[in-house]
Amino acid sequence: MPKDQGIGASTKRREDVRFLTGTGNYTDDINLHGQLYVHFLRSDVAHGKINSVDTSAASAMDGVVRIFTGADFEGIGGLPCGWQVTDRHGEPMKEPAHPVLAQGKVRHVGDPIAAVVAESVQAARDAAEAIEVDIEELPAAVDMKEAVKDGAPLVHDDIGTNLCYDWGFVEENKAATDEAFANAAHVTTLELKNNRLVANPMEPRVAVGDYNRANDESTLYTTSQNPHVIRLLMGAFVLGIPEHKLRVVAPDVGGGFGTKIFHYAEEAFCTFAARQLARPVKWTSTRSEAFMSDAHGRDHVTKIELALDADNNFTALRTETYANMGAYLSTFAPSVPTWLHGTLMAGNYKTPLIYVNVKAVFTNTVPVDAYRGAGRPEATFQIERVIDKAARELNVDPIALRRQNFITEFPYATPVAVEYDTGDYNATMNTLEEIADLSGFAARRAESEKRGMLRGLGVNCYIEACGIAPSNLVGQLGARAGLYESATVRVNATGGITVMTGSHSHGQGHETAFPQVISEMIGIPEEMVEIKHGDTANTPMGMGTYGSRSLAVGGSAMVRAAEKVINKAKKIAAHLLEAAEADIELKDGTFSVAGTDKSVAWGDVTLAAYVPHNYPLEDIEPGLEETAFYDPSNFTYPSGAYCCEVEVDPDTGKVTIESFAAADDFGNIVNPMIVSGQVHGGIAQGIGQALLENCAYDENGQLLSASYMDYAMPRASDVPFYQVDHSNGTPCTHNPLGVKGCGEAGAIGTPPAVINAIVDALRSGGHDHVYHIDMPASPSRVWAAMQK
Amino acid sequence: MSKVSMTVNGKAVSGDVKGNTLLVEFLREDLRLTGTHVGCDTSQCGACTIHVNGKSAKACTMFAAEADGADITTVEGMANADGSLSVIQQAFQDHHGLQCGFCTPGMVMTAAALLKENPKPTEAEVRHYLEGNICRCTGYHNIVKAIMAASGQDVSAIAAE
Repeated sequence: MPKDQGIGASTKRREDVRFLTGTGNYTDDINLHGQLYVHFLRSDVAHGKINSVDTSAASAMDGVVRIFTGADFEGIGGLPCGWQVTDRHGEPMKEPAHPVLAQGKVRHVGDPIAAVVAESVQAARDAAEAIEVDIEELPAAVDMKEAVKDGAPLVHDDIGTNLCYDWGFVEENKAATDEAFANAAHVTTLELKNNRLVANPMEPRVAVGDYNRANDESTLYTTSQNPHVIRLLMGAFVLGIPEHKLRVVAPDVGGGFGTKIFHYAEEAFCTFAARQLARPVKWTSTRSEAFMSDAHGRDHVTKIELALDADNNFTALRTETYANMGAYLSTFAPSVPTWLHGTLMAGNYKTPLIYVNVKAVFTNTVPVDAYRGAGRPEATFQIERVIDKAARELNVDPIALRRQNFITEFPYATPVAVEYDTGDYNATMNTLEEIADLSGFAARRAESEKRGMLRGLGVNCYIEACGIAPSNLVGQLGARAGLYESATVRVNATGGITVMTGSHSHGQGHETAFPQVISEMIGIPEEMVEIKHGDTANTPMGMGTYGSRSLAVGGSAMVRAAEKVINKAKKIAAHLLEAAEADIELKDGTFSVAGTDKSVAWGDVTLAAYVPHNYPLEDIEPGLEETAFYDPSNFTYPSGAYCCEVEVDPDTGKVTIESFAAADDFGNIVNPMIVSGQVHGGIAQGIGQALLENCAYDENGQLLSASYMDYAMPRASDVPFYQVDHSNGTPCTHNPLGVKGCGEAGAIGTPPAVINAIVDALRSGGHDHVYHIDMPASPSRVWAAMQK
Repeated sequence: MSKVSMTVNGKAVSGDVKGNTLLVEFLREDLRLTGTHVGCDTSQCGACTIHVNGKSAKACTMFAAEADGADITTVEGMANADGSLSVIQQAFQDHHGLQCGFCTPGMVMTAAALLKENPKPTEAEVRHYLEGNICRCTGYHNIVKAIMAASGQDVSAIAAE
C-alpha cells in the first residue's frame, strides 16, 4: 500500500488550491498606495559610446516624475559578482564594473540607458520615446573565438581583453592526459556547440521598491529564488543599506530555472528610486524585455577528445571550451563553466585522466549565467555525445561501451576533484532497458520504415553534482558566499508547527513536501505543519533554491532543527511522565516511557512548553522553537540513464519524439508525485534545447529571438508522455534524509539522448557520414545533414 | 476615457477605460482579478486566457472597450458555487498538473473550453488544443493527463504520477 502521509507519500499539493482559483500572490499582483511605475529605455545596439542623453523634453511630459540616467548612479556600487575564478596562471579573472544604468558605453542590446519614473506605465513608456540619446555605434564582439583575437572590439576598454579567464582543470593532470592521448589505441574527437538558451519562466521578472521614511526601512518585492541573497548583495554592495533596514520579499514566484537567482539592475533601481522619491516604484518586465535582460544560459563551444585503449577502455578525456559570459559578469556566471562543469567531466565513467580547459569570453550580448542544470548539461552533452561517436567509429554497442566503463565501486574519487558517495549505474541502465522496451526497438524501427520514416534510438547516462554546497570548499573555489541552508521550527502552544525556511519554492512544492518530513519525524498529520518562505523579515538567513538543493540542504536544516525540538520536547515529556529522558520514545505523536503504558500526547507537551506551570524551569527554558543552519559535507550525486526514440521524416528533416524514458537515482524520495513532475519538466526543457530553442544573435550583436514568435518554446504537441522511474535510489550517505535532489536531472540528461537518437535514425537511413548534429536539430539542419 | 459595462463571473461591473486599455489590464488593475496573468506580449503564451461569451479568448489581445456588454469568466469564477474546486481544477490538483502556477489559470480556462467543445478528447486532441498555452514547468505530461481525467477518461494506464 502506498503511504498517505509522511515520507514517501504522493501527497497532493496544498499550494495548488490558490493557484487553481486565481488567489496566488505573485509580485505583479502587488500594488502599493501611491505607487509609481518605471520604464527602462534600453539600448537597441550591441555596442556604442553614449555621447549624450537628453531627458529635458521627456521630463516635461505629463505624468513623468523623474528620469534617471547613469549619472545618477555615479558613486553608487555596481552589480556585484558572487564568484571569483582563478585562471591557469594563478591570476584572478577579469571583473569589469557593471553599473545599474549604463555609464559611458552600452554593451548589449537591452543594456538600460535611462529609467523613466511616472504615474503610469503608459506615461513612462511615452516619455522614454521622447528621450534623445546620441549613441555612436561601435563594432561589436559577438563570436567568442573572434572576440579573443588581437584587434577585436573590446567590450570593456579598461581591462584590455575580452578573455575573462583561461581556466585549466586539473592543471597538474595536463601532461599525463596529453601523454595518454599520444599512447591511445583510438581517439574520438567531436566539436560541438551547446546552444544559447533563455530560461523563460512563465512569470516575467517584477520588482516593487518601497521606502518607509518613518523608520528608514526599504522593502523590495521581487521575483527571486533567493531573497536573502538579494538583500545581502543589493544592500551591502550596491546601495549601502544595512540588512536590518532592508527587507526583501519573494512571494509566489512563477518559475525560476536559475534566471531568478541573480541580482538584477531593476531590483536595485526600484529600491533606490523608492528612497529617492519616497514613493513605491514598480517595474514589470514585458516578455520582449525579458529576452534582452534576463541572464541567458549555456552558450559553450567545445572540442572534446576521448582516448580509448585497444580493449575500448576510456583512458583519457580532454576538452577545450569557449564559454560566453556576455557583456557583464552576472552574479554566479564565472562558476558555471568551471566548477559546475569541469568537475563533472568524469561523468559515470572511470576515465583515469581528464583535463578541461575553459576560456570565458566577454561579448556584446546579454550576460550568461546559470540555467537549469548550469554547467552540468554542458558536461553531460559533451561526454555522452563523444561516447556515442566513439561507439559508432568502433562499431560497438553504445550501451555496452558505457557499461564497460561505468564506475561500479563507491565512494569514488574522480580525477576532477569530486567524490561520488553512492550510485548504481548498471541498475538505472537495467531499468531503462526495461521501461523503454529496448528489445522491441527493431520491430518499431521496421514499422516506421514501412511508412517511409527513419527511426532512431538514443541512450545516454548522466551524473550531476547538486545539493549545493559545502561552504568551506566553495570558498576555496572562489565563491563569495556560504552555501548552507537554514530553518526555524516553531512549535505552537497547541501543537501545530510553523517552519520558516531559507529555501524558496517557485514551483517545487515545498509547502507540501517539507511538512511530509516533519510529519514523519513527529507522527502528526501533515496538515499540522505550515511552511513559511520568501520573506527576509520572517525567515532565517538562507541561501535559497537552485542547484537542486532545497530538500538536500534546506530539508536537512529543517531536520536538524526538528531534532532539536524533539530533544527538548522529550525533556519536557520526561518531566511530565516523571521518567528518565533516555526512556522517552516519540511515536505517532505520543511520548511514552519505554516498556510502560505511561504516555503523554504531543499537544500536551507543547502546551506545557508555553504554559510552564508543571515544567522543569530550572533545567530548560519555556517555549519550543529551534533554528538550525545546515552546511553539507559534500555535494550529492544524482545519476541516471535516459532513452529517446525519434522518427525523422527523410523528406523534410522533421524530428518527432516518439517516446522518452528516464531512469533516475535520486536517493530517497519524499514525494514521488512531485519528483516525477520535476523530471517531466526537465525533460521538456531538454527536448526544447535539443529540437527547438535557440537564442540567436546576428553578426552585429542584434538579438534575433526576442519574442515567442522567434524563440521556439516547447508546446504540448512537441512532446510525448514520458516514462519515468526513480526506484533505484541509492541513498545519499551524508545528509540526514538520504536525498540527492531531482530538479535539474531532466534538463541535464535529455539533450544527448535526443541527438544520439537523431544520429542513429539518420545512419539507419544510409547517412553513414553523420556523427553529430548541432542543437537545436531543426528540420533544416537535419535535412541538410542528409544531403551531404 | 469611455465607460464599459460587462458581467464578470456573474457580477455586473463597469469602469472608465482608455481606448487602448487591454481587457487583461481592466481585469487585473481595475477589478483586481489578478488570477488572469500576463506572460508575454505577442499573444503566444495563453496565461491570460479567459472566456468571453462562453468562448476562450486571450485577454491581452482584446481592448476592454471591445468587451462592453460581454459575459466574461475568469479563473476566479471557475470553482463550484460552494467554493470547492471544479472537476477540472480538482483534476489538475489530483494529477499534479501545475507547479509554479503561473500558466495554470490559462490552462484551466483553455481546458474548460476544450471539454465544452469536445467532451472526450484524445491525447492528440488535447495537445493540439493547448497550442496557444505555454507551460515551462510540467512538460505538459500531467496537464494533458489531468484534462483527460477531467473528461471522465481512465488515465491509469498513462505513465507515472
